Amino acid sequence: MIAYALQQLINGITLGMVYGLIAVGYTMVYGIIGMINFAHGDVFMVGAYVGIIVLTAFSGMGIAAVPVGLLVALLVSVALCGVYGFTIERAAYRPLRGSFRLAPLISAIGMSILLENFVQTSQGAKDRAIPEPIPGGFTIMQQHGFVVQMSYMQIAIIVTTLVTLGIFTYIVTKTPLGRAMRAIEQDAKMAALLGVNTNRVISLTFVIGSALAAVAGIMFLSYYGVINFFIGFNAGIKAFTAAVLGGIGSLPGAVLGGLLIGLIESFWSGYATIAYKDVAVYSILAIVLMFMPTGLLGRADIEKV
Amino acid sequence: MSDVRSAQGGRDTLIRYIRDAGGVGLLALAIFVPFIGLRLHGETNGLVLHYRPKLLVIGVVLAMLARLLVLIWQERRVHQGRAAWRAARVASAGKYVAPALLASAALLPLVPGIANFYIDLGVLVMTYVMLGWGLNIVVGLAGLLDLGYVAFYAVGAYSFALLAHYFHLSFWECLPLSGIFAAIWGMCLGFPVLRLRGDYLAIVTLAFGEIIRLVITNWISLTGGPNGIYNIPHPTFFGLNFNLGGGPGTFSGFFGIDPDPKQLTTYLYYIIFFLALLTNWVTLRLRRLPMGRAWEALREDEIACRSLGINVRNTKLTAFAIGAMFGGFAGCFFATRQNFISPDSFTFIESATVLAIVVLGGAGSQLGVALAAVVMIGIPALLQDLSIYRMLFFGLALVIMMVVRPRGFVSTRTPSIALGKRQQISSELMSEGHG
Repeated sequence: MIAYALQQLINGITLGMVYGLIAVGYTMVYGIIGMINFAHGDVFMVGAYVGIIVLTAFSGMGIAAVPVGLLVALLVSVALCGVYGFTIERAAYRPLRGSFRLAPLISAIGMSILLENFVQTSQGAKDRAIPEPIPGGFTIMQQHGFVVQMSYMQIAIIVTTLVTLGIFTYIVTKTPLGRAMRAIEQDAKMAALLGVNTNRVISLTFVIGSALAAVAGIMFLSYYGVINFFIGFNAGIKAFTAAVLGGIGSLPGAVLGGLLIGLIESFWSGYATIAYKDVAVYSILAIVLMFMPTGLLGRADIEKV
Repeated sequence: MSDVRSAQGGRDTLIRYIRDAGGVGLLALAIFVPFIGLRLHGETNGLVLHYRPKLLVIGVVLAMLARLLVLIWQERRVHQGRAAWRAARVASAGKYVAPALLASAALLPLVPGIANFYIDLGVLVMTYVMLGWGLNIVVGLAGLLDLGYVAFYAVGAYSFALLAHYFHLSFWECLPLSGIFAAIWGMCLGFPVLRLRGDYLAIVTLAFGEIIRLVITNWISLTGGPNGIYNIPHPTFFGLNFNLGGGPGTFSGFFGIDPDPKQLTTYLYYIIFFLALLTNWVTLRLRRLPMGRAWEALREDEIACRSLGINVRNTKLTAFAIGAMFGGFAGCFFATRQNFISPDSFTFIESATVLAIVVLGGAGSQLGVALAAVVMIGIPALLQDLSIYRMLFFGLALVIMMVVRPRGFVSTRTPSIALGKRQQISSELMSEGHG
């Protein structure tokens, strides 16, 4: 049935966009300082929480215009998550830069546990839900009584992602900051010698990555409507998987990986068992890496003797 | 003249401190406002916000104070610069710490009047010591980053639980089987990741751990799914069980003593104690064998290994398999100790904890791993009153300990092999491996 497949495709792309946005944050940090930022998924969760808090504040003040509230929530969340990213880098990663490879990894895992439990203790462990911010949608096609729907929310998510990625691509390819980022990625020491303020650029990388995670968090919140303190773990692992699948360090790879994982999840849930969708994702990751050890778009590791 | 300058310097330092702490205060304000300053209340679709300004002020002030303390501490550390001296002291103390630790561990349950709780805590800590030593083979010796070690723990635990549930096998029959199954799974993981390096390896091992957990959770007809498996038998002492009822077939009945739950705990303690010692002993022996040397060589330089004719594939697979085997033993023990297992015990956080123990101990150091397990498992368990704040402090402690000691507690090593006199070297000289 084409209609059913089309519906899965739409759902998969929406989900994949969210994963892709988070994956970009992973891959950026990895490209620049070569560490897995395990706390990134939790910054995404913080972003979603800030969103729900702003939306609640809005409805508390009696402002009913949801799209405006959503936009404000997005901006506040982006700003605050930027602060989170900046602080995390300064407190937990910068002192460890250039040391033992596993030290920042453990520090990042600690940071992830810290953030999760910070939110849990301060906001409670309960699921928090909001009503659907933008209800409705339009019908694309109908076949044998099966209606293919694309909700306005899905359109909003896809458009927001594309706009965000557009801005982001512009920053990375066209601005001096982006040039500095790419220079550090290639050779941090040389970039520093040539006058690039590496500390500042790395800080900004974390701020930008966290801002992208915040956008993803708001989209997650408005798409699913339910969040808790634990959503960061699963989304983070999936996004990390996406980044690795696409080839870690490659920005288009992250988006591609995210889309692929979204599609695998949605088609597997639609055609096979929903219980094993994550198993399918991880298995496909392992199989792809068996044949392409550096991911789909990753640069081959040059072995120097 | 110099007084004026130092007074000037003092004022500059003070201004710098205040400015720094002020910046931290602003950051803390931004970070704390949505989470500490505001709190969501109410049910679905009826959320309201409560304000907690007092708590917010406390949080910000605490953050600023913490920053001031850090600044002062850093200043002092620059002035002292006694790191080398301290390292030498630690190295010489290490000679006595290990035997002392071993002796106190061996005698712990025999302390007169010790509460059952502490022996039980000892069992828990010792389980993590064993897991740490097992993972140390993979991470510390072979330099392969494994984020899914808990998978082997789960395989070991479920091997025993399922064999006991369906075939009524006992702990002692299943212990070797659990190890063998886990080792086989270790090789299953090893094959696809042979060519992967660094973070690619990390994510596949992590994914492997998740796959095992998800399959256990969803294969309800076999494993009972999220409900887990109940009534896993406790180990027997040469056929004598530890039922509290007394009677002929029981430990207390046979020796004519009063039944006491402490007997079982003590027995469990010594089982895991010897299992852990076995792990340590095997690791130390293996380090002297060609296989162990190949692991360490692989960690230092994979290309050099290959050029010298070391079979990289077999070396990696044996590291995964042997590391996994000890994880399997520990899992089997976990199942018999708990009586009940469910997939909740085998989440990523367990893998992360064990890896943290290995790294915090000083990757490759057996003593360091044991110390780290005591610190990371023992102390949080003693602080149970903190309940919900326990994990918060656990995460914070991980970050702080890593920042303060990135090379772990024991940051010196004795090389496995040396030309001429063997001497302690700094871990800085040790490579961490890229595989």
